[in-house]
Amino acid sequence: MAAEEKDKSLLGWIDERFPLSSFVSEHLVKYYAPKNFNFLYFFGSLALVVLVIQILTGIFLTMNYKPDAKLAFDSVEYIMRDVSWGWLIRYMHSTGASAFFIVVYLHMFRALFYGSYKKPRELLWLFGMVIFVLLMAEAFMGYLLPWGQMSFWGAQVIISLFSAIPVVGEDLALLIRGDYVIADATLNRFFALHVIAVPLALAGLVVLHLAALHTVGSNNPDGIEIKKNKDENGIPKDGIPFHPYYTVKDLFVLCVFLIIFALIMFYWPDFGGYFLEAPNFEPADPMRTPEHIAPVWYFTPFYSILRAVPDKLGGVIAMGGSIVVLFILPWLDRGEVKSIRYRSGIFKFALVLFVISFIALGILGTRPATPTATIFARLFSAIYFLFFLSLPFYSTKEKTKPLPERLTHSVIPLEERVGWHWDLVRRILAWVTSIEAYRRLTGVVGGYLKKADGYVEELIKKYSK
Amino acid sequence: MVCKEEYQMIDNGVDTSKRWFLTKAATMVGAAGAVMAAVPFISSMQPSEKAQAAGAPVEIDITKLEPGQLIRVMWRGKPVWIVQRSQEALSSLAKLEPKLRDPKSDESEQPATAKNEYRSFKPEILVALGVCTHLGCSPTYRPEVAPTDLGPEWLGGFFCPCHGSSFDLAGRVYKGVPAPRNLDIPPHQYLSDTRLLIGENA
Amino acid sequence: MKTIIALVFFALSFGAQAVEGSFALQKADVDVFDLESVRRGAGYFVDYCMGCHSIKHLRYSRVGKDLEIKDEVLRKDIMPEGAKVHESFLTSMDPEDAVKWFGVAPPDLSLVARARGADWLYSYLKGFYIDESPTRPTGVNNLYFKDVAMPNVFWDLQGLQRPVINTHEGNQVIERLEKVSKGKLSEEEFDQTMSDLVTFLVYAAEPAQYSRLSLGKYVIFVLLILAVILFKLKKEYWKDIK
Repeated sequence: MAAEEKDKSLLGWIDERFPLSSFVSEHLVKYYAPKNFNFLYFFGSLALVVLVIQILTGIFLTMNYKPDAKLAFDSVEYIMRDVSWGWLIRYMHSTGASAFFIVVYLHMFRALFYGSYKKPRELLWLFGMVIFVLLMAEAFMGYLLPWGQMSFWGAQVIISLFSAIPVVGEDLALLIRGDYVIADATLNRFFALHVIAVPLALAGLVVLHLAALHTVGSNNPDGIEIKKNKDENGIPKDGIPFHPYYTVKDLFVLCVFLIIFALIMFYWPDFGGYFLEAPNFEPADPMRTPEHIAPVWYFTPFYSILRAVPDKLGGVIAMGGSIVVLFILPWLDRGEVKSIRYRSGIFKFALVLFVISFIALGILGTRPATPTATIFARLFSAIYFLFFLSLPFYSTKEKTKPLPERLTHSVIPLEERVGWHWDLVRRILAWVTSIEAYRRLTGVVGGYLKKADGYVEELIKKYSK
Repeated sequence: MVCKEEYQMIDNGVDTSKRWFLTKAATMVGAAGAVMAAVPFISSMQPSEKAQAAGAPVEIDITKLEPGQLIRVMWRGKPVWIVQRSQEALSSLAKLEPKLRDPKSDESEQPATAKNEYRSFKPEILVALGVCTHLGCSPTYRPEVAPTDLGPEWLGGFFCPCHGSSFDLAGRVYKGVPAPRNLDIPPHQYLSDTRLLIGENA
Repeated sequence: MKTIIALVFFALSFGAQAVEGSFALQKADVDVFDLESVRRGAGYFVDYCMGCHSIKHLRYSRVGKDLEIKDEVLRKDIMPEGAKVHESFLTSMDPEDAVKWFGVAPPDLSLVARARGADWLYSYLKGFYIDESPTRPTGVNNLYFKDVAMPNVFWDLQGLQRPVINTHEGNQVIERLEKVSKGKLSEEEFDQTMSDLVTFLVYAAEPAQYSRLSLGKYVIFVLLILAVILFKLKKEYWKDIK
């Protein structure tokens, strides 16, 4: 379009007054993302969608929720029964809370896997970590609001952690509660923080996180910088415009995510007591603790670390440390190579151990602390910390593989993978595919899928004209 | 949202019509989905079951109602007046007609059978919603004739202190006041001679 | 690697064992879509439970709508005399009297099925047995809720049960319960009655479950269609990427 020609469209009118087109162009059309993103790269945009879901449903919940110790529990039931569609909005919010953590944990795991926290993405990682901590605060305070038994006693236990801090601890806990026990004052301030303060901070940090991302560019499964290889126009050779390529891809993934989300929300909203805990269907009773209290699943890894230490202050320090250590990860890991694809066997082994420990700590945290369970919790806590604290010692001496010049696969094909475990996988796969019943089944299913696909293609062809 | 130039630049062998159709289909289904998703949110703002329960019909015993007396009953959170009008008051209603905006109650809301001179089922008993049709204040009951503040012409009625609208003892609005319409007569019925049900017509 | 996995499983299995209670729960036969059963359960609740317990979060009108009960039937069979249709299942017992009589106020049962679980409720209702120790004012105790304040309101339907006590490693342990008198109902009839009651309580704990369970498939259907379109769209665009 010639510059002197006056743009009469609405977009033209806006662009003369506000940088709409240039913003979209800069951050979507001309944001070049590595072309080999795999499924671990979806969780960032999914987290953004979940945040929007939480804010939206949250707004509508506050329209009927009452932050008052006498009314809170009943007002939640009022939403579940008397408000039309209130149950749907509430389940969206409660399922969304758990979905948020699933998505965010996978997002963080991806960063560990491909070294996305390393230079030049340290600040990006730090903003992300602040988001994670805020998210935990948000979830913790939100969990008090239904004012059930778990809300009450969970908050009681977690706030008591602060009292372990020497000298100021007791006063600090008192200041957080605003009363000598968890009480109406606590509920009211948690409500204020949960619906205004933390979401506002979260939204701001998401902007910072994205600004940092768009400054340094996305990492990729190969962990090499695509900006080092540009064509004559200054466009990374291995980069593709985020829009339309990743927008359409993310939209498809979002749709699949929403299907899983809907399946849980409609058919299994309490998720066997993990998303909505059974004791929380009883109103808070300060005179009676439930027999077994466990935090919601997303806190249990850290809760396990807390319980593993047989000393109040020590436990709090360990739990705090388990999060602090994540903040300093970019400086603990001193290796040059980012992606696990080219890192040493030691690191791979350590990461596998770490993931197993994290999941095991999570499961142990949902169960009562028996003596045997405590021993295991200690073992896994030790592995958790060892993973991080051993990094500075071996990461510079790692035997890494040579990095490629250009991006490779998004997922390495099975045939190209080396190692005894992949041999095993190959052998199992060969055995499965040799079974007659399996072949017949895949033949039939594949046939149907092909037929369905042909039908869809035909429909598209018919209406495309 | 897809710029056509964008992909043509990258590859000329692109089936643009297919992309166009798929984009449109996705937009349409997505938009329909978004509208469906919006329904629960918007309808959650409607009166809840609790509000509807509070809006259920109200029963009232009017045995003790005396001539000239007004009692208030709450229905849907609003005041409903039940007034027993004296014979003089009833006879004065006809005299007022020239001063009223809608003496025949053509524009106002009332059960069909109460669309008469008295605006009631039984002439002496008026059941009216005590909410001014102007901006929702509740008018005061002024049954006395010719009080000093309302002037010698006043034959009894209702006066709204908010913006000075006045109504006669059948809830009919005077000319030249801000209220546009006669007071509403809510649906109601007589369960027996002395028991009224407000909120539901027979 | 294998040893690690084995260790993890070992650790988790230990955790699992620790949670098990002393008496296995009996499985309740609950199907909220069997409206006939839920309706019977509602009747039993009003007859046997509402003397003391409320379901303050459930309105008669809601029950009428959800369980497809006609207004006249609702008024005649379910609602107590003088109750209004928009009111909730409220007991007429004064909580202060309750404390005087039982030591505690009977809990509201709106959410008991979600807090305790259907199987627990079913087992509990069937788990009363004679306990003549002087500390038991009701003369009964319960296998699943030791020293519960609630009397056995179904004793005439079920008949009385006595515990069979065995000595196990020096401790006296209840092995099972044994019928000592016949109830008005046969065993199967009584089980069915308790199942109906539990089914009603499961419904009462979440009346929205009817709309929830029936709506889900449509939402997922629409999302599936959208997923197919978006998948094709993605495929189409990604043809560009070499």
